[in-house]
Amino acid sequence: MHIDKTYRRAYNIEPSMCWECYSCVKACPHHAIDVRGYADFAPLGHSVRVHRDEEKGTIAWRIKFRNGKKDMELLAPITTKPWGTCIPKLAEVAAPSKDMRDSQLLFNEPRYIRLDGGGLHTLKSNGLKFKAGVYY
Amino acid sequence: MGHKTIIEDDIDILVVGAGLGGTGAAFEARYWGQDKKIVIAEKANIDRSGAVAQGLYAINCYMGTRFGENNPEDHVRYARMDLMGMVREDLLFDMARHVDSAVHQFEEWGLPLMKDPKKGTYMREGRWQIMIHGESYKPIVAEAAKKSADKVFNRICVTHLLMDDDKANRVAGAVGFNVRTGNYHVFKSKTVICGAGGASNIFKPRSVGEGAGRVWYAPWSSGSAYGLMIEAGAKMTQMENRIVLARFKDGYGPVGAYFLHLKTYTQNGLGEEYESKWFPALTEMVGKEYLDTEGQHLSHKPIPTCLRNHAFISEVNAGRGPIHMVTMEAFQDPHLEEIGWHNFLGMTGGQAVLWAATDVDPKYENPELTTSEPYVMGSHATGCGAWCSGPEDVSPPEYYWGYNRMTTVEGLFGAGDAVGGTPHAFSSGSFTEGRLAAKAACRYINDGKAAGIRVSDEQISRLKEKIFKPLETYRVYSNEVVAGSVNPNFINPRQGLDRLQKLMDEYCGGFGVNYMTNEKLLNIGLRKLKTLEEDMESIAASDIHELLRAWELHHRIRTSESVFQHTLFRKETRWPGYYYRGDAMKLDDTNWHVLTVSHRDRKTGEYTMEKAPLYHLVGDEQGE
Repeated sequence: MHIDKTYRRAYNIEPSMCWECYSCVKACPHHAIDVRGYADFAPLGHSVRVHRDEEKGTIAWRIKFRNGKKDMELLAPITTKPWGTCIPKLAEVAAPSKDMRDSQLLFNEPRYIRLDGGGLHTLKSNGLKFKAGVYY
Repeated sequence: MGHKTIIEDDIDILVVGAGLGGTGAAFEARYWGQDKKIVIAEKANIDRSGAVAQGLYAINCYMGTRFGENNPEDHVRYARMDLMGMVREDLLFDMARHVDSAVHQFEEWGLPLMKDPKKGTYMREGRWQIMIHGESYKPIVAEAAKKSADKVFNRICVTHLLMDDDKANRVAGAVGFNVRTGNYHVFKSKTVICGAGGASNIFKPRSVGEGAGRVWYAPWSSGSAYGLMIEAGAKMTQMENRIVLARFKDGYGPVGAYFLHLKTYTQNGLGEEYESKWFPALTEMVGKEYLDTEGQHLSHKPIPTCLRNHAFISEVNAGRGPIHMVTMEAFQDPHLEEIGWHNFLGMTGGQAVLWAATDVDPKYENPELTTSEPYVMGSHATGCGAWCSGPEDVSPPEYYWGYNRMTTVEGLFGAGDAVGGTPHAFSSGSFTEGRLAAKAACRYINDGKAAGIRVSDEQISRLKEKIFKPLETYRVYSNEVVAGSVNPNFINPRQGLDRLQKLMDEYCGGFGVNYMTNEKLLNIGLRKLKTLEEDMESIAASDIHELLRAWELHHRIRTSESVFQHTLFRKETRWPGYYYRGDAMKLDDTNWHVLTVSHRDRKTGEYTMEKAPLYHLVGDEQGE
C-alpha cells in the first residue's frame, strides 16, 4: 500500500503481488481500506470486513455473500493478556550461568519444556542411536 | 546518485528477515548476549511480516510431552516417513525437544491456545497440531523480538551478505536498501542469522492477472533465504524437494483443520472415494517400505503428503475430477461450521472472500480442491535449505562442525526456511530454530571466532553500484521508446518473473506439465535460465518499488538454479506427487538413500554436487 500524494489516501500499487492478507485492512484506524476479491476468479458483490481491537483483545468479522443469502458475524480473541505486558525483557533477567551456557538449554529451560521439572531429552535419556544407511 | 549510505557498525548479531525464525533468534540472542548488539533488518514491518503475517489457526508442531502425548523421536519418525526418508534427523530431534518450551512461552505472552475441557490438555487438531486463536500470533512474537533487539530496521530489502575481505568463507554482515526512501544500508556484523523466506512464484502460479498474488505461500517469500546464502557460498541440501499442496481451489485455504478436526474428506467428481485405488501401483513405484497400506493401517501411520497428491493428480488426469472436499456433513453442526469459517479468517482471509464472492456455502455445497504450483521452502512438508551443523550432543560427525544451525560459511546461521532437511518445523519449530541459532551465534562470538573481520570500502561501494544499477539502466534507456514497456535495451522485473515462471513450469516440473520433467528438459531449462541471468544485467527499474522486485527476482533465479541442479542430480522419483523424473520413475534406495548437497562457487558460479549419508534414529537395541 502506498499513499497517494495528491489525494492523501492509500491505494494498492501492485494487486498481482498482493496476498489478500488483510494486514493493511486491519491496520487502518479509519477502516478506509477494503478488499474486493480479485477479478480473475471472484465475481463482484461480496464483502468481508474486519475490525481488530487490541484493547479489547478481539477481532470481529462480517461476511456477506454475493447472493445476499448469507450474512455472518464472527468474533474471536486475539490475545489473553493486556497487549504487550507479559513479554519479558531479556536484558533484565538474571544472566545465564556458565553451566547453562555449556548445556543445550535455552532461556526458561528446562522448566518450560514440560513444566514439571523434567530435563531436556537426549539420545541417551530416550535410548536412541544414529545409524547410517537404509532403515525405516 | 542521490541515495544516502547509512552504515550500522559493530553489530554482533544481525537477523536478516524476521518472520517466526528471525523473531525467535532476536528474542533469544538477548539472553545469551545481554551485552551484545542485536539488530534486525526486515523487508516489511516485523509486526506483519513472513508467512504468519495474517495469522494462524493452529500451531502445527507441538509435542505435548508435558501431557505424555509424544516424545521428540516420535516426531522425527513422522517427518522421516512423510518425506520418504529424506530428513536431517539430528536437527529435527533437536528442534522437537525444545519446541514445547517456545509454545508454553507464547501462551504466557497472551497467544490464545484452545483447551480441551475434558482432558485439560491443549485442543488437538491432529497428533502434532494444536488449535489457537492466532490472528495476532505474529504481532505477539514481534513484540518479544522488539524487546530484545537494539534496533529494528523495517522496510529494508537485504540483497547481499557482506564477506570478510581477509578470511575467505567468513560472513561480515549484509547490505540492502530501504524500499521507501531508497537509502543504501550497510550492516557490519560479526554474525548473521538468516531468517529470510523460501520461494513462492518461481513456478508459474495457477492464479492469473490481477489475482496472481493469490498463491499458497506468501508472494513476498522471494527465495531470499537461498539467494543470499548460495551467493555467500553456503552449501545447500534437498533443494529438489519442492512441495505441491492440495488445497481449496483458487483461495488456497488450509485443509488441515478440515481433515483432522472437522472430519471432512475428499471424493472425486462422481462422489467416490478415489485414493486407495492408486495405492497398489504407487507401492510398485516407491516400494513397500514407503507405502504399505495394510501395514500403515495397522500402525496408524499417515500416508505421506506427496503420495496423497499423487492419487489426487492421477484421478484428475483419469477424467474423474474435480476433487471435492465433503463439508456438507460436518457443517450441519453449527459449532463445526463456525470453526470452519474461523479457520480461514484466522489465516487465509482470501478464501472467505472467494466463497462469499462465488456463493459457495460449504454447508450446502462441497467446495473444490486443487493441487498447487510447486513451492521451494523448508518448514512445511518439505526440507529445502542450507546444509547446517547440528548440536554437539546429538549429531553424527558428518553433520557437526562446531555451532548449531551454522551453515558451511563461518558466522552465517539459519532458521526456518533457511535450514535444510528440517521439514514439519512450521511456526513454532522455526521460532525454536531461531533460538537455537542465536545461542550458538553468541557462543561463536565468545569463542573469538569473529575476531578481526575486515570489510573494505571497495566491497561496500561495489555492491552499492550493483544494487542501484537497474535504476540507472532505466534512466539511460527508457526514452528510447515512445511509451509502454517494450524496450529493446532492457526488461523490467515483471517480464523477467514471467519468463522465470514459464521456464520453471515447463522444464522443471510445474503444474502445466503435471509435475513431470527429465534430464533433457532440465538441461534445456538450465540453458534458458542462464540467458535469463545474462539479461538480468540489463534489468531496469523505474522506481524504488521496481528495484525491490528486481532484487527479489534475482534471489528467485538463484533459488531456481539450485532447484534445477539438485533435480538433475537425483536420478530417481523420490516424491511422486511433488514431481516426477520421467526418465527414472521409481524410487531407488540402492543409489539414492542419501541427502543431496550442492555448492556454488562464488567466483565461477560452477556447481558441485555430492551425496551425504543419511543417518536414522533407531532404538538402542536396533543399533547394536
